[in-house]
Amino acid sequence: MMCQHCETAPCEYVCPVNATVHSPDGLNEMVYNRCVGTRSCSNNCPYKVHRFNWFKWQTREPINRGLVELQRNPEVTVRDRGVMEKCTYCVQRIRNAEIEAELERRALRSGEVKTACQQTCPTGAIAFGSLRHHETEMVRRRSEPRAYQVLHDQGTRPRTVYMARLRNPNPELSSVDFATLRAPGEPGWVQEEGP
Amino acid sequence: VSTAPSNPEREELLFGVQTNAELSDQLLSTTWRSRSRTFGLLVIVTGSGTLVLSILIGYTLLTGIGVWGTTIPVAWAFDIINFVWWIGIGHAGAFISAFLFLLEQKWRTSIHRLAEAMTLSAVVQAAMVFVLHLGRPWFAYWLVPYPATMRTWPNFKSAMPWDVAATLAYGTISFAFWYLGLIPDLASVRDRAPTRIRRIIYGIFAFGWRGSAEHFRHYRIAYGLLAGLAASLAVFVHSIVSSHFATTLVPGWHSTIFPPYFVAGSLFSGFAMILTLVIPVRSIFGMQNVITKRHLENLARLTLVCSWVVLYSYVIEFFVAWYSAERYDRYIHFDALLKGHSSWVFGMALTCNCLAPQLLWWRRVRRQPVLLWLISVVVNIGVWSEHYSIIVLALQQAFLPSSWGEYHPKWVDWGILFGTVSFFLFLFLLFLRIVPFIPLAALKEVRERH
Repeated sequence: MMCQHCETAPCEYVCPVNATVHSPDGLNEMVYNRCVGTRSCSNNCPYKVHRFNWFKWQTREPINRGLVELQRNPEVTVRDRGVMEKCTYCVQRIRNAEIEAELERRALRSGEVKTACQQTCPTGAIAFGSLRHHETEMVRRRSEPRAYQVLHDQGTRPRTVYMARLRNPNPELSSVDFATLRAPGEPGWVQEEGP
Repeated sequence: VSTAPSNPEREELLFGVQTNAELSDQLLSTTWRSRSRTFGLLVIVTGSGTLVLSILIGYTLLTGIGVWGTTIPVAWAFDIINFVWWIGIGHAGAFISAFLFLLEQKWRTSIHRLAEAMTLSAVVQAAMVFVLHLGRPWFAYWLVPYPATMRTWPNFKSAMPWDVAATLAYGTISFAFWYLGLIPDLASVRDRAPTRIRRIIYGIFAFGWRGSAEHFRHYRIAYGLLAGLAASLAVFVHSIVSSHFATTLVPGWHSTIFPPYFVAGSLFSGFAMILTLVIPVRSIFGMQNVITKRHLENLARLTLVCSWVVLYSYVIEFFVAWYSAERYDRYIHFDALLKGHSSWVFGMALTCNCLAPQLLWWRRVRRQPVLLWLISVVVNIGVWSEHYSIIVLALQQAFLPSSWGEYHPKWVDWGILFGTVSFFLFLFLLFLRIVPFIPLAALKEVRERH
């Protein structure tokens, strides 16, 4: 699971050094250089989206036999040993687009920022954009009844919204008995064996 | 002498029948008499353990804390368990020296300096493992509010800067309290030590104490004030430590009972640790006349009381989890703690913290030092297992099953745990060697007043 960018983020108030903070545009940002590695944020994250640098991963030699195209992204901050990291909603792409728009003295247009996951998803399952761009498909879908936030009952108000899977409850079309379906942890729930 | 001879219950003397001079010789000579072989062996064993600890700390600092078994989702494990355990052990020191002093409990006199030394050694371990738990321990000072050039401050909403402040205050006050109590006895060593070099060294540390009425007047005022400060800290510090957990939304941590529960648990482990230390000290140094079975019995009673408070907290924890009908909380308590991965640790905590101390209902057990010592060790293990259950078992199976995981400690984790135990005992042995560990001046004063 990737960072849900909660509006009331549980990771933010437990960080003793203000290394994970809110940006004015609503991102949940990690200040890698400020992180001292208490890992409190990961403990308090109900989605467990944080990844920790347990060892030092930087190398002096170029990786992947020195192929220029396969080096690490120069636009992403280097994370030191002992520092927490997580999905940033590709903040480097957002800021690049913003700077470009500012140079051209115009507002950010919809569809201008594409996150890396969105760009590479072959089925186009991921949509990203500003909530102010009401005309986009992404914003319209968020108000659909099948749009939901994971663990919404925890009051975290996550920005990432998922679309519930569509199932046809017609017994002639589906083998799933919906009357017996249970959520994890509910009485009667059985953990399914993996393949 | 403290007893009424008609009452057989009180026949046992609290502080011995020797003359003041005999008492002085017995209690001060521990600083210059040669050590027994047992003592030497203990110093060698704990010293080597400390050496191993420093090697493991070096290994961790050079490689990264990935050498531990800690991984997401269990981002805190032995590091924070050890921290909470050590800082908790320190609490009984403040309780005995400060609370019992304010309540004018005379029996505290024989053991309070041992308890304070235990506190200091434990706080050293706690501070050390806390700094080491950071991914970048060299930036530990960022947790302290200082006027940084970049105008960055710690996040005061987080429990951790408060915790750092509390631990530092606790260490400072404990040290000041311990040292202030030591001054008259250091002066006694200065006056009675057989060699000149000892007289000079102890003389420097005695700060020119002459035992005049004026000195004692100031001493008592300062001692009372520090006792008040230390007494409040005995309650505050573990409340703050508990808010590391209580302020989060992690099921099993998110609980308002945590501050009193943690304070009771810390006193519990602290009393047990004092028993673990006092019983061997009293027999190795032949101090049965000043640390009597009545002292052991009183400590055993306090341990039993704390055991019941802890048991009550467990019951309330489970009751609230059930009564709240909160799905995740129920799952942690009734599945993860009872049936999850390594849930046997919680079973061990229940056995060691709730069942074993019930033996202390019997007077014979309370007055049987070997059995009492074994129970105290069991309680120490139990409280450690309790912290393991709270921290690891809750993190293993928090909200989303997709992010569940299992925690397996590695040899470095075990090494650091036993290394801190060694270092703790090593510091304690140094204390026994260097300063008179039974407060002589206070003991005589209490005897005179009787």
